[in-house]
Amino acid sequence: MPVAASSRPSMDLLRFATAGSVDDGKSTLIGRLLLDSKSIFADQLEAVERTSISKGYDYTDLALLTDGLRSEREQGITIDVAYRYFATPNRKFIIADTPGHVQYTRNMVTGASTADLGLVLVDARHGLTEQSHRHAVILSLLRVPHLVLAVNKMDLVDYSQDVFNRIQQEFTSFATKLRVPDLTVIPISALNGDNVVNRSEHMGWYEGPSLMHHIEHVHVASDRDLVDARFPVQYVIRPKSDEFHDYRGYAGRIAGGVLKPGDEVLVLPSGFTSTIAGIDLFDTEIDEAFPPMSVTVRLADDLDVSRGDMICRPQNAPEPLQDIDAMVCWMVNAPLRPRQKLAIKHTTRTGRAMVKDIQYRLDVNTLHRDLETNELGLNEIGRVHLRTTVPLFCDPYEKNRTTGSFVLVDEATGVTVGAGMIN
Amino acid sequence: MLSCRDSWVNRLGVRLVVASVDQAITDGIVVDDGKTSRNRLQTGTLLHAIEEEGFTAAFGGGRRDEEKARAKERVYSHRDEFGQWDPKNQRPELWNLYNGRIREGEHMRVFPLSNWTELDVWHYIGRERILIPEIYFSHQRKVFLRDGMLLSAGEHAQLRPGETVTERTVRFRTVGDITLTGCVESEASTVATIIDEISVARLTERGATRGDDRFSEAAMEDRKREGYF
Repeated sequence: MPVAASSRPSMDLLRFATAGSVDDGKSTLIGRLLLDSKSIFADQLEAVERTSISKGYDYTDLALLTDGLRSEREQGITIDVAYRYFATPNRKFIIADTPGHVQYTRNMVTGASTADLGLVLVDARHGLTEQSHRHAVILSLLRVPHLVLAVNKMDLVDYSQDVFNRIQQEFTSFATKLRVPDLTVIPISALNGDNVVNRSEHMGWYEGPSLMHHIEHVHVASDRDLVDARFPVQYVIRPKSDEFHDYRGYAGRIAGGVLKPGDEVLVLPSGFTSTIAGIDLFDTEIDEAFPPMSVTVRLADDLDVSRGDMICRPQNAPEPLQDIDAMVCWMVNAPLRPRQKLAIKHTTRTGRAMVKDIQYRLDVNTLHRDLETNELGLNEIGRVHLRTTVPLFCDPYEKNRTTGSFVLVDEATGVTVGAGMIN
Repeated sequence: MLSCRDSWVNRLGVRLVVASVDQAITDGIVVDDGKTSRNRLQTGTLLHAIEEEGFTAAFGGGRRDEEKARAKERVYSHRDEFGQWDPKNQRPELWNLYNGRIREGEHMRVFPLSNWTELDVWHYIGRERILIPEIYFSHQRKVFLRDGMLLSAGEHAQLRPGETVTERTVRFRTVGDITLTGCVESEASTVATIIDEISVARLTERGATRGDDRFSEAAMEDRKREGYF
């Protein structure tokens, strides 16, 4: 029965991304997290049981809970990112569940883009595979701050500490080639529930936390940049009413740092400076604002500020760039080629971009750089140079995931074709 | 429902555009063949209104936790010139960079509450003291039982043999086509008691009360492809 736990209003939130195929036991693991946190409702479980029986399965296929589209259920694979929600007394969770195959790299990239934590699953019997390397590479490229390697199916290797140690060592040495700030390796059996919610009775040699304990307690608030003030202006609020005749506020979502009334600020691209007269959160004034709050900032001076401008600090401003060096994940069939022109969206700012050069394509399985390439195909990731029509106010993606990221849009169809992370 | 809506319209000082299924039937925009539910007729009515008014975006309150096809929905969800949703060719949505680009005749459905849960909505209503329709709170209602759902008795409902009307204390968890949307027995008459009730509910809001989702495993996906909200 779903617990009253989630009834506390302003609980802390953790978003985590999983990737994997049915064989890794990913759906079983998610099903177990949902079941054991009592987040599956009776009617959902009955529907899944009914479908499992009608398909002739002799077990309840918990993957049916997350595979929401008919074609996914028919093919028995997860195609798109599926979002699931659950809560424990300590935290709310959003799972971005993505497919693990190389032809769905773009979906993994999408799921990882907003994740605080990435979960990579391996089968203890088979150890690390190309797929587990790929998942770790993508999670590190997207700068997901916390990584968990869950070594699953420990029950099928007699809960062997040697097997676990070997996989742990192999993965830890691979992870040194990536930038992984925080890695936790946990031996589990999703099927039997070992170390999923409760500590396993079969692995006395393991002294770490269960998976649930880890995701409930991992510290994520400090992952946000609270030093470098960044406020991309989304909208200018100028009510045309007598009551608020002289009101002019800039609405947006704080992308970095802390803003306070009285702070001296710099507005880009104009370069004018002013001070913050006040910060409004809907109809109340507040003393400070920090990520990811959405607020309205009022300035002491009447400046020309519009959507796409950036409010920051005079001594700490992002770099206005028109030559962008970025890792780009390409997301459509027609390849990305030099000279191609696209629309670019970075924070609240839009412009046009031209591809100057594709430096290399990254093999996400091996980290090998293919310098010979002159294009990026669907699901490929490479280092790309772009020239933009307007300056973008950028930080390196590793410093700030908001001011360091952009999407590329096909100007004719309006389709999102690429995602970029600024170097 | 309607008086609550009108009080919001007054308070916000906005222009209200109503697309009614009844009017759409009268105007021949949708056809009431006596077999198609009101819920299904909403799709044609809605698409016609969006086209008539030239809207390029429509906000919806849909959430991903409601239903499995909705779990695949984007925050900015593209609709082609026929108002159709193509779930297999959706635009990737990364970080919080939303892509609202459309071509002539196309439109966007925007779901700002995508990542909220039913409980989140009730906490927010409680915290911000938001005015909501009385129908969500417990009240006395004449109902009858069909397919495990408590349906409202009244002019829209044709009783089948064996069905009897009783008066019970109920409330609605979702509001939809009255002939297909069930209520739940409940004493919850305040937001706080509703929160307590939902916290221990064993059935999802739609599973408990929405006949329109029950036609098949893919009932919602099929309706959404056609342009339903």
